[in-house]
Amino acid sequence: MTEMTGAEMVIQALADQGVEHIFGYPGGAVLPIYDALFQQDKVNHILVRHEQGAVHAAEGYARSTGKVGTVLVTSGPGATNAVTGLTDALCDSIPLVVLTGQVPTHLIGNDAFQECDTVGITRPCTKYNYLVKTIADLPRALHEAFHIASSGRPGPVVVDIPKDIQFAKGTYSKPKEFQHRGYQPKLKGDLDKIKQAVELMAQAKRPLFYTGGGVVNSGRAASDLLRELVKLTGFPITSTLMGLGAFPAADKQWLGMLGMHGTWEANWAMHDCDLMICVGARFDDRITGRLDAFSPGSKKIHIDIDPSSINKNVKVDVPIVGDCAHVLEDMVRLWRASAATPDKKALAAWWGEIGVWRAKNSLAFRNSNEIIKPQYAIQRLYELTKDRDTYITTEVGQHQMWAAQFYHFQEPNRWMTSGGLGTMGYGLPASVGVQLAHPNSLVVDIAGEASVLMTMQEISTAVQYDLPVKIFILNNQYMGMVRQWQELLHGARYSHSYTEALPDFVKLAEAYHAHGIRCTHPGEIDDKIREMIDVKKPVLFDCVVDPAENCFPMIPSGRAHNEMLLGDASTRVEDAITEAGKVLV
Amino acid sequence: MSTAATTHYPAAPATEVVESRTLCVLVDNEPGVLARVIGLFSGRGYNIDSLTVSETEHEKHLSRITIVTRGTPMVIEQIKNQLDRLVPVHRVVDLTTTGPALSRELAMVKVRGKGEHRMEALRLADAFRARVIDATNESFVFEITGASDKIESFINLMLPIGLVEVSRTGVVAIGRGPEGM
Repeated sequence: MTEMTGAEMVIQALADQGVEHIFGYPGGAVLPIYDALFQQDKVNHILVRHEQGAVHAAEGYARSTGKVGTVLVTSGPGATNAVTGLTDALCDSIPLVVLTGQVPTHLIGNDAFQECDTVGITRPCTKYNYLVKTIADLPRALHEAFHIASSGRPGPVVVDIPKDIQFAKGTYSKPKEFQHRGYQPKLKGDLDKIKQAVELMAQAKRPLFYTGGGVVNSGRAASDLLRELVKLTGFPITSTLMGLGAFPAADKQWLGMLGMHGTWEANWAMHDCDLMICVGARFDDRITGRLDAFSPGSKKIHIDIDPSSINKNVKVDVPIVGDCAHVLEDMVRLWRASAATPDKKALAAWWGEIGVWRAKNSLAFRNSNEIIKPQYAIQRLYELTKDRDTYITTEVGQHQMWAAQFYHFQEPNRWMTSGGLGTMGYGLPASVGVQLAHPNSLVVDIAGEASVLMTMQEISTAVQYDLPVKIFILNNQYMGMVRQWQELLHGARYSHSYTEALPDFVKLAEAYHAHGIRCTHPGEIDDKIREMIDVKKPVLFDCVVDPAENCFPMIPSGRAHNEMLLGDASTRVEDAITEAGKVLV
Repeated sequence: MSTAATTHYPAAPATEVVESRTLCVLVDNEPGVLARVIGLFSGRGYNIDSLTVSETEHEKHLSRITIVTRGTPMVIEQIKNQLDRLVPVHRVVDLTTTGPALSRELAMVKVRGKGEHRMEALRLADAFRARVIDATNESFVFEITGASDKIESFINLMLPIGLVEVSRTGVVAIGRGPEGM
């Protein structure tokens, strides 16, 4: 028990929680906390250029380390600017603690300067939030926030601290007990259900693992156990966008990503399997396509720590509520103990079918000697960085899907992308957070020119803190995914998806004291990527790519997994989009 | 082009049978807890037919919220799971499915009228076991408790007599038998 001010309690609680870095932006209602920050060296503050950037940076930090990301912003606009990041973190289950300043308690509700109803605004976009109205409640609120953010299904927690509470004196201690008796996330899965799942797995003839971000969130052990179980069973495995890296993409059992822009083999396997083992994924609409035609012949096992994810979109046969690592551990143990012998003949036939789907080569594209194809750019980036200690972030759009298709992840926590909310402008600030956590690693934001302009100012943060992030912009001058949808569904009427006045990214880099590189020809891309890697500064890499390229494969508009469209370079040209009548296989 | 072809979202599911359920939700009585519960319903498009709330265990600061809601079986399951994962929510019990339960409402019904209308109002109130809690030369306020449909019929009968105003508590409910929730 120590006597201190509320502002000092904030710093002390952060230090007690092991926080090394906090991303923030000062303002009137958090000045006492900034003053306390100034007088200590336990917690390192990173000054961003916009509060949204602070939250995305904290997300990048959290996703690449598994720790809680922390943010400090002021009241009013500081808090409202953080809302996009909070919603993003809620959708992707990223643990964050966001501290917001608030006007003094006696002014709350008075429409005071820079006042907003922060807890009201953030209630639907946080896992939980607090308005701390007395100094006595502050230590508990701060520590509970970390507990709630990081336990169960992770998520963002806001602690709104009025300015008079920051000045008030009180006694600080780290609470031993957690007060919310109603909040007890279930980690262990129901053993009977797990047994039932293992029995189904032993009998399956066409099984498939469908895994998601829950495996990554569960921690390294979950990825290792997943690998073990997949090896033991010999089953094929696919993953959502969020789950990439939990299982190594180099493995023979890996089918690639599934869903709207997933591979032919992954989506056909989803459609035709007789047993789907869903681990830490949530049957999102980007995954299922048309619900009434979703994997019609399969029994479904669903492992999720959040009971509300189960039977939300798709009715499952064996629901298992629990943490992925805990449940997978039981599954591996029971599988070994049961000496289950899968039907080898059936499995071989299943792999045979998968082989036929693979032969379709659904990610094929027509490369060019004249113009850089975006897929080729990512292929080269992958080849030139795969042997390094590399982390990838992305913005949102075509480049994001191409990154997921052509950059192959072997390890979890290496891939940071805005999946659920689909936030353009996520990748650059996220890369700042990742680089801060991994100062000696190569951190690349695979970006689009439209997305990156939304949070471009954070390159200034990267320069200030010597964070040599590489912003690899696939510049097609369009909001590419919008353009693609307009081409396919709106009669090629490109309504406002073309950016007529783009900046010169090389000059822009120089203006920010970063390094600019422009690449316009396929022949020079390798050398320029090497230059990007070698420069010990933040880099804006303006990779000028084919503006007309579309992202395939694609499950169009409310169709089923077996109604995918393929690009014209895939093995059977008769499946190409122009022959609409033949896409319905 | 049909709307299904111009959207990248799956089509809305075919309509299923909608059921009515009475849920009891035990929550920490902390600031904003009701806003969390109501925000969940409005944010996710669930229905609230009736909602009552009051602190029921003062020393533990626990409040009991009774919600009457409607939805398909899948939506009802979602509502329960979504409620259950709110941090200040301790328990969610579906009284419609966990066994026989009692549900009651209280209503105050103001009726205005003279002569034969007054007599008729009193006769009906007697039949419904409604009590007179205020009277003037030309009006009554009745207090009536009972299941919602009983209150509904009483109000409907008062309509032609001179119904002025109704105030209802909404449904409170409890399971039958010796066990607590």
